[in-house]
Amino acid sequence: MTPFPFAAIVGQDEMKTAMVLTAIDPKIGGVLVFGDRGTGKSTAVRALAALLPPIEAVKGCPCNSARVEDCPDWAEIPDTDLVTRPTPVVDLPLGVTEDRVTGALDIERALTRGEKAFEAGLLARANRGYLYIDEVNLLEDHIVDLLLDVAQTGENVVEREGMSIRHPARFVLVGSGNPEEGELRPQLLDRFGLSVEVTSPRDIETRVEVIRRRDAYETRHAEFMAEWAPKDAELRARILAARAALPEVRSSNVALHDCASVCLALGSDGLRGELTLLRTARALAAYEGATEVTRDHIRAAAPMALRHRLRRDPLDEAGSSARVARQLVEVLP
Amino acid sequence: MTPFDDTSGLPGRPPRPVADPWARVGLALTLFAIDPDGLRGLWLRARAGPVRDRVVAALAPLRWRKLHPFVSDEALYGGMDLGATLASGAMQRHAGLLEHPGLLALSMAERCPPGLAVRLGQALDHAPQLSLVALDEAAEEGEGLSQALADRLGLFVDLSGLAWGETTDISLPSGPIATAQARLRHIGLTEARMRLTRVAFELGIASLRAPMLALACARAHAAWRAAEVIDEGDMQIAVALTLAHRATHFPEEAPPPDTPPPDTPPEPQEQPDDTDNSALDLPDEMLIEAARAALPPGLLAQLQAARVARGTQGQSGAGAARKSMRRGRPMPARTGKPGAGARIDLIATLRQAAPWQKMRRAMLPGFSPDRLILMPSDIRIKRYQDQTDRVLIFVVDASGSSALARLAEAKGAVELMLAEAYSSRDHVALVTFRGQKADLSLPPTRSLVQTKRRLAGLPGGGATPLASALQVALAAAEQARGHGMTPTLALLTDGRGNIALDGSANRPQAALEAAQLARAIAARGVPSLVIDTSLRPKPALAELAAQMRATLIALPRADARTLSATLGAALGG
Repeated sequence: MTPFPFAAIVGQDEMKTAMVLTAIDPKIGGVLVFGDRGTGKSTAVRALAALLPPIEAVKGCPCNSARVEDCPDWAEIPDTDLVTRPTPVVDLPLGVTEDRVTGALDIERALTRGEKAFEAGLLARANRGYLYIDEVNLLEDHIVDLLLDVAQTGENVVEREGMSIRHPARFVLVGSGNPEEGELRPQLLDRFGLSVEVTSPRDIETRVEVIRRRDAYETRHAEFMAEWAPKDAELRARILAARAALPEVRSSNVALHDCASVCLALGSDGLRGELTLLRTARALAAYEGATEVTRDHIRAAAPMALRHRLRRDPLDEAGSSARVARQLVEVLP
Repeated sequence: MTPFDDTSGLPGRPPRPVADPWARVGLALTLFAIDPDGLRGLWLRARAGPVRDRVVAALAPLRWRKLHPFVSDEALYGGMDLGATLASGAMQRHAGLLEHPGLLALSMAERCPPGLAVRLGQALDHAPQLSLVALDEAAEEGEGLSQALADRLGLFVDLSGLAWGETTDISLPSGPIATAQARLRHIGLTEARMRLTRVAFELGIASLRAPMLALACARAHAAWRAAEVIDEGDMQIAVALTLAHRATHFPEEAPPPDTPPPDTPPEPQEQPDDTDNSALDLPDEMLIEAARAALPPGLLAQLQAARVARGTQGQSGAGAARKSMRRGRPMPARTGKPGAGARIDLIATLRQAAPWQKMRRAMLPGFSPDRLILMPSDIRIKRYQDQTDRVLIFVVDASGSSALARLAEAKGAVELMLAEAYSSRDHVALVTFRGQKADLSLPPTRSLVQTKRRLAGLPGGGATPLASALQVALAAAEQARGHGMTPTLALLTDGRGNIALDGSANRPQAALEAAQLARAIAARGVPSLVIDTSLRPKPALAELAAQMRATLIALPRADARTLSATLGAALGG
């Protein structure tokens, strides 16, 4: 069944915006969605997959290379044709083995022909696309370590049977989870560019609308999809326009100064926060058709770019979202 | 203790309409047989026994495949069938349990670890033809099915109150069920969708899966009646079978005093807008009543206690899970280097090496053909999952304000808890406070006798150095962590701290310090529980509990046994 239309998701604006912004500028570096059960976290990610504009890739390349010369030599690509394929959105299931993630020797060829051949894993398939981990907080530690390493270098290296295989693995990491089931290690937390918190809607009208649409999606699927296709297409066009406009968006010294002072006031670690904040604000400006990053863009981008980067303050029991909001009022009046 | 002899739970509740519980069980099974894909699953809470056997026998024609809480990922998701692969010379997989559509049954579901619960939950979300019966044998309050699963399973059936004599054999008539199945698609849902969504909201159910499941239930019941539209009765059944057990509050009455505070994710009960309450339409009250009638007394409190236990601890049982190289429950082997305490898993290593032999012989022609060629990458090491020991730190207020009678009750409760702690091999520590400051009266120990003796000899009277008590408790918790144990705090007080850390009788200063220390406890992530022992619950103590991110339990006139039951629930048994 085709995924639920992105535009048909009721409410959850921050989550939707965060996802759209990573589609405009993948360098922002992924989204973490944490929140209540049954709020449509994974529905949104799957919807995003269908919304994203297609990419051009070399036919048959296991890691979606854009140019023939980028294809890894072990892949033995006979073709030089380019094909259009949907932006890859690869699911990383919880029970996944290391071999499936990184790729491993092709067992079938080893058995039948006694040959050494590499069978690409999920990281190769996710190259130039998205890697989605549902319930990311329950992922096995050794898989998390492996992902951190690859996300850092943008390259996957596998050494087996005297072979050394490498291929590019640049992907946007999307994670979702419910904090009740376990905390996320801070090292992984920091790797996500943006983070959003979702709660289930608090008013009856919205809730009824959610159920109505979900039900329509399940019971009269084709009709419902056709109804929403124009809205999704519109959003896709807007994302493409924003991507094209992104290099032209100016960020003034004032904007840079604003980003730095917000981060300083919040005491977020390292420079990663500032860079992400600026990138997110730029993507937001491009999305809104502005030519310059304004204070409003920074204000809107700050909560999602910074709330997961704050140090825990034992004497402040307010949530990190409240802390970001409070500092924003003070620093950017 | 059986789950339902606690009738103290919900005072002031109107008498419930009597319904035949066994008939309701039969109805739930029938509806499940009609629409397993819509209802997604059945949460069956019952101890193993003849009554449950009757239900299981009724479900037998649906043919399920069994799961146990420690099923491996390979069994769930499938994997290489080594024997067949080697024999045939080509890759052969064996299918995983989740790959086939149909019904799964999870036995001992109360022991299901969060990882498995989430895996099953994901499978239910993505495979529309898969459904699950969770056989939950929870015996104590605080045990129970993981929320990740409970949220996804439509129906809830509780057999705990039923005696064998009240039950009869249930048979699910296949003919009428098939007829009802054929009708499902033709039933209009518009009005029912609206109503059930509203009712779910009014019952304080945050998840949006709940109204979908209730709708499926109402539709199945309408189909069973051979009706074309869903009527009031269908909706009442749906509310009773799918929504009642999820309720976090009932609109017309104030939350009962022993309802744990909503420090778990924000749920609608925190924001009872006046407009919301007055907007409650009359017809919905009937449905709310249906939910109320479906809940045996005390069940709501019990389910909530389980929810809280999971919220604070993440999982039931003692201590936190910890991976270990040497002892504990075996986990799947993984790649690694031997040494540093790791042991090679010989079988897993051989399995890993086997498929590559032909290739390696071609690569390394010098080896004789009857030798196995192992490479470093084949090596698999053993891993185990172990539980760290838990230490329960009791912080007992022995001041004058915490009147002597209450102190005796607190002592009694602690003693009962001690017996439970002893049986689950927990360590216990005791911090007492009165007069100028708090003392660690008993460092972590497993000695029941010593703790009892120390407790019995505890004098009462004097001022309330609450800040000092929190300080000592926090230090004890940190120290326990340093020794690899998992600390849990239980604070029994009436909440009026009046002595500052420096021993002076400075009330504002004392309150400030107590709040700071409470936040420090929250920041260190020590799971904690605050028991208000005063005769009338104090807002100040609720605030303190919020700052500690602790579960607050107010116990007006509770006896030691109820206190212990509540403690047991909130601490996860």
